[in-house]
Amino acid sequence: MSAKDKDLRPHLTRDHCLDLMRNMLRIRRFEEKAAELYTQEKIRGFLHLYIGEEAVATGVMQTLTPEDAIVATYREHGHALVRGVPMTGVMAEMYGKSGGVSKGRGGSMHIFSAEHRFYGGNAIVGGGLPLAVGLALADKMQNRPNVTVCFFGEGAAAEGEFHESLNLAALWQLPVLFVCENNLYAMGTALARSESETDIHAKAASYKITSEAVDGMNVVDVEAAARRAVAAVRDGKGPYFLECRTYRFRAHSMFDPQLYRSKDEVTEWEEKGPIRRFSDWVTKSGLLHADDIEAIEADIAKEVEDAVAFAEASPWEEVETLLEDVGAAS
Amino acid sequence: MSEQVTYRDAVGAAIRDAMTADDRVFIMGEDVGRYGGTYAVTKGMIEDFGEDRVRDTPLSESGFTGAGIGAALGGMKPIVEIMTVNFSLLALDQILNTAATFRHMSGGQLNIPVVIRISTGAGRQLAAQHSHSLENWYAHIPGLKVLAPATVQDAYAMLRPALEDPDPVVIFEHVMLYGRTEALDKEATVDLSSAAVRRNGSDISLITYGGSLYKTLEAAEKLAEDGISAEVIDLRVLRPLDDATILKSVGKTRRAVIVDEGWKTGSLAAEVSARIMEGGFWSLDAPVGRVCSAEVPIPYPKHLEDAALPQVDRIIAAAKLALGR
Repeated sequence: MSAKDKDLRPHLTRDHCLDLMRNMLRIRRFEEKAAELYTQEKIRGFLHLYIGEEAVATGVMQTLTPEDAIVATYREHGHALVRGVPMTGVMAEMYGKSGGVSKGRGGSMHIFSAEHRFYGGNAIVGGGLPLAVGLALADKMQNRPNVTVCFFGEGAAAEGEFHESLNLAALWQLPVLFVCENNLYAMGTALARSESETDIHAKAASYKITSEAVDGMNVVDVEAAARRAVAAVRDGKGPYFLECRTYRFRAHSMFDPQLYRSKDEVTEWEEKGPIRRFSDWVTKSGLLHADDIEAIEADIAKEVEDAVAFAEASPWEEVETLLEDVGAAS
Repeated sequence: MSEQVTYRDAVGAAIRDAMTADDRVFIMGEDVGRYGGTYAVTKGMIEDFGEDRVRDTPLSESGFTGAGIGAALGGMKPIVEIMTVNFSLLALDQILNTAATFRHMSGGQLNIPVVIRISTGAGRQLAAQHSHSLENWYAHIPGLKVLAPATVQDAYAMLRPALEDPDPVVIFEHVMLYGRTEALDKEATVDLSSAAVRRNGSDISLITYGGSLYKTLEAAEKLAEDGISAEVIDLRVLRPLDDATILKSVGKTRRAVIVDEGWKTGSLAAEVSARIMEGGFWSLDAPVGRVCSAEVPIPYPKHLEDAALPQVDRIIAAAKLALGR
């Protein structure tokens, strides 16, 4: 390992471990609350939970600067929270309230924050990839040292936009980090039922994109891989592809009866869940203590409670505003 | 100062002038660079502006249109050229679900100042997959502005406000117009909200856009020989439609025929007709007429292609029907 590669490893200080733990738990507790609120009909429409996949957004996001851009999918609450989009604004958005980040116009699937360069929130599978290519093209043409990170599921690999975008990014050597969150199911269709080549990262390699697969249930592995990837992209070496192998513990959306997988399979994955695994490791290694995690949990419980209170108190948009923000006010 | 130029060169000059004035403007699309543009609009540009700003793309309409949209979001002013409207269907997801939608879906945080140029229309015997007029598909979508410059002057002058617009603008260029030569005054400006009255008249309003404008003007001249004074309105902005100009004209003439190269069912002509009913019904002396393309995939042989499209004789017949003559 070269000196430079060593620099790219995560520095697992106590503070950093606290931070990783906090980020993953914030997603988990926020979404558990969201599921509860959904059953109370406070949140409507589609609600896609990220529970089980927290290590991916958390690990990747450690490596970014505020100037970097992020494109995500309809399963993006976690990405928004780790990026620093306030939980209050995300929760109010899911309520459809005026205080939501998108004034309630988007809901759960369309979290945006221009301030955080967080570009959604895209409910068209594969639709975010060309957008990420374009954001990176703009950065390259304007000589800005930014990276665009594009998150998508393995289902997107079946879309033409996936292949078109990988080709464009490689052809033009654009600063894009493609992060495939391979949770094995495109809604209810298992990977092997939809892809002739199930090794997703091999597809990227065929476009001459540096590509690697990583254990997406291990936040440290994800962060380490993302550090290598982002460093290469920022260094002008063109796009990079990370396939994070992960698993969604909850249903695809709240409408999904999960007829396509067994409870045993879910249980098996839950046992190697990212929070459980990291928590065991940091406590056994003495980096964190049970008290630390309890303190984090208490902070998060308060934050979630405050977010719900904010969303509850936030007004609805006036019906008179219906036609606003379709085009620039003239 | 006006000069005589072709429609093709007017579009090219508009792009060149915009690229010269603003470093953020660039053009991307299939064969815009080394080939010089399918309709030679971008001929020689790659030599003058370089391959970064005259960017050849692979045959990936969704990918490169989406990349143009992303680049606009990232602070550039891209002009995306889609070779033909039929190929644009492969990019419709990006145009509808991203470009047209992001401003609203983000609660007004984001805007996408992209310009998408698309060639459209029939008349070159290119058969069923290369002869569509699908302008109304785009004009259906809130969040887009849709332009159809029919004159050399508009072909030049509409690009600047399109690029200055903070939101996505789709420009349709009819393939039969590229070779037309007319006067161009580069200093004259145009807004993106007004239809143009191309011919004044008092007996009937002929309302059209794009490639059908010259057929309609020719029909108006022939009607004049029969003592019928036809007003010709060039919509030129297909979204938002300029209701005021349409209704003012129909209020004066009390009769209207809409000439539209799109298929009749669900056409832009249907939309304009409905607006006349809603806003001008009591001033009408006859049912609104429509001259559209026949309900058939556009056939290859010249005589059948001609029969499928709006033609001068059909426009004259429709006008006379409305006038009871």
